[in-house]
Amino acid sequence: MLTIEEILETIKMVQEENLDIRTITMGISLRDCSDADHRAACRKIYEKITRLAGTLVKTGEEIAREYGLPIVNKRISVTPIALIAEASAAENYLDYALSMDRAAEAVGVNFIGGFSALVHKGFTGGDVRLVESIPQALSSTERVCASVNVATSRAGINMDAIAMISGVIKETAKLTADRDSIGCAKLVVFANVPEDNPFMAGAFHGVGEPDCVINTGVSGPGVVKSAIKRAGDADMGALSETIKKMAFKITRMGELVGRTAAQRLGVPFGIVDVSLAPTPAVGDSVAEILEEMGLERCGAPGSTAALALLNDAVKKGGAMASSYVGGLSGAFIPVSEDTGMINAVIDGALTIEKLEAMTAVCSVGLDMIAIPGDTPIETIAAIIADEAAIGVFNHKTTAVRIIPAPGKKVGDWVEFGGLLGRAPVMVVNKFSAEKFVRRGGRIPAPIHSLRN
Amino acid sequence: MNHLKNTPGGNRIVITVIGPDRVGIIAAVSNILAEKSVNILDINQTIMQEFFVMVLVADMATAAVDLVSLKDLLAKRGEDLQVRIDAQHEDVFNFMHRI
Repeated sequence: MLTIEEILETIKMVQEENLDIRTITMGISLRDCSDADHRAACRKIYEKITRLAGTLVKTGEEIAREYGLPIVNKRISVTPIALIAEASAAENYLDYALSMDRAAEAVGVNFIGGFSALVHKGFTGGDVRLVESIPQALSSTERVCASVNVATSRAGINMDAIAMISGVIKETAKLTADRDSIGCAKLVVFANVPEDNPFMAGAFHGVGEPDCVINTGVSGPGVVKSAIKRAGDADMGALSETIKKMAFKITRMGELVGRTAAQRLGVPFGIVDVSLAPTPAVGDSVAEILEEMGLERCGAPGSTAALALLNDAVKKGGAMASSYVGGLSGAFIPVSEDTGMINAVIDGALTIEKLEAMTAVCSVGLDMIAIPGDTPIETIAAIIADEAAIGVFNHKTTAVRIIPAPGKKVGDWVEFGGLLGRAPVMVVNKFSAEKFVRRGGRIPAPIHSLRN
Repeated sequence: MNHLKNTPGGNRIVITVIGPDRVGIIAAVSNILAEKSVNILDINQTIMQEFFVMVLVADMATAAVDLVSLKDLLAKRGEDLQVRIDAQHEDVFNFMHRI
């Protein structure tokens, strides 16, 4: 028996507090698309994606209307292309990216993830060719997203891979400089990457996944913020309880939409990614949640503790609401996509170092951060290594999505528009890590990886 | 607290009307539903922060339209009456508020 108050609560969450389903992502295995002839492989990739995802967008729109719940993005993730392209003799994997882009355009999705390689322990020939193809792939396509996993808690941190990808980030920034280096917004460097993440730009379809699967990502920072506001001067226990209840409600929507979409598309349902994903829209901000909890500005002392409480409560509430929780599952703290984060940077409250500390207790890492264009490759590598160390030594996912925009200095802006938003160029520590980074090799896995 | 009637079946929708109170809102909604053979199971209304709020539960089992078209019809009528009319599948509310 539903009460009128419950019905109105749901309506208010959608209409006033920006509750939405952030993404329905169809994961598609391309393992049957390998071919010695890369043109044949590209044809198979295009054919398989358009066949399986042909009705994805239409189905998503129907469900959104019937349930009265906005579904912001319909997206596709595929098997890491390095694994598929390696069978061919192609020297460069740009054609694979172009096929992905054309397929995504044909089915009407705005992003397709999986131009990826997993190199946490080392490179194969295909991995090297893929990583080297990233700058060209991201500057020649609209929809393709790339990711590279450079570390795991089991394998340690591949510093050679980090050095290589840092050069790739700089090159991608240069090749897309005319659009404020938007290519870098579509390139994520991971530690402990999840194989069922539905969120871009880091989504790909892991090798242990079925042929095709539907994963959903929920959102709703605005809903959580309003609930905290209503909770008034509640103590920490009561605050956590409030967030848990909201996370439960939000996640239930993801579960409902995901299961319905999977059923209508005739593919298995995978996971709900229980995340608080902000958007540039006013009131849809994770930073504002922390401020509502009692911080003058996000980034102030106490921010890490507040974020830890928030992240944990979101997971606890979400885990109860869904049979299968997966992906990144936690709060996201991207700078450019969150108005509260941007304001905190402008006011001098939030620095890269504080963001790094916060990533130890939330779901991702240094995300959508613009840095000066003249930042040395070795410094970018060292920033990635720090972030990977947090992930590897704490058994969690971390990631870096950083934009060294050529010609930009601290105080300038990069502007992407849409969900990617805009970011102020942040201060980077001037002291060098060059000698450390140049050592190369692999940082061994931590002792607590020996669990058997 | 007003409880809405609970009947079995998976074709139920929740129609909500929110806006300034005026003559003819219930008539307008129920006319559309009658025309399209949508059976009204329960109507509830209240005033919240000066706004008229009506929640109507209906059964689509014998309906002559699909939910998306019905939604369009109601939303359009709502514009004429200067109120917001929305229709959603009941599962949204059950999933969110019931374990």
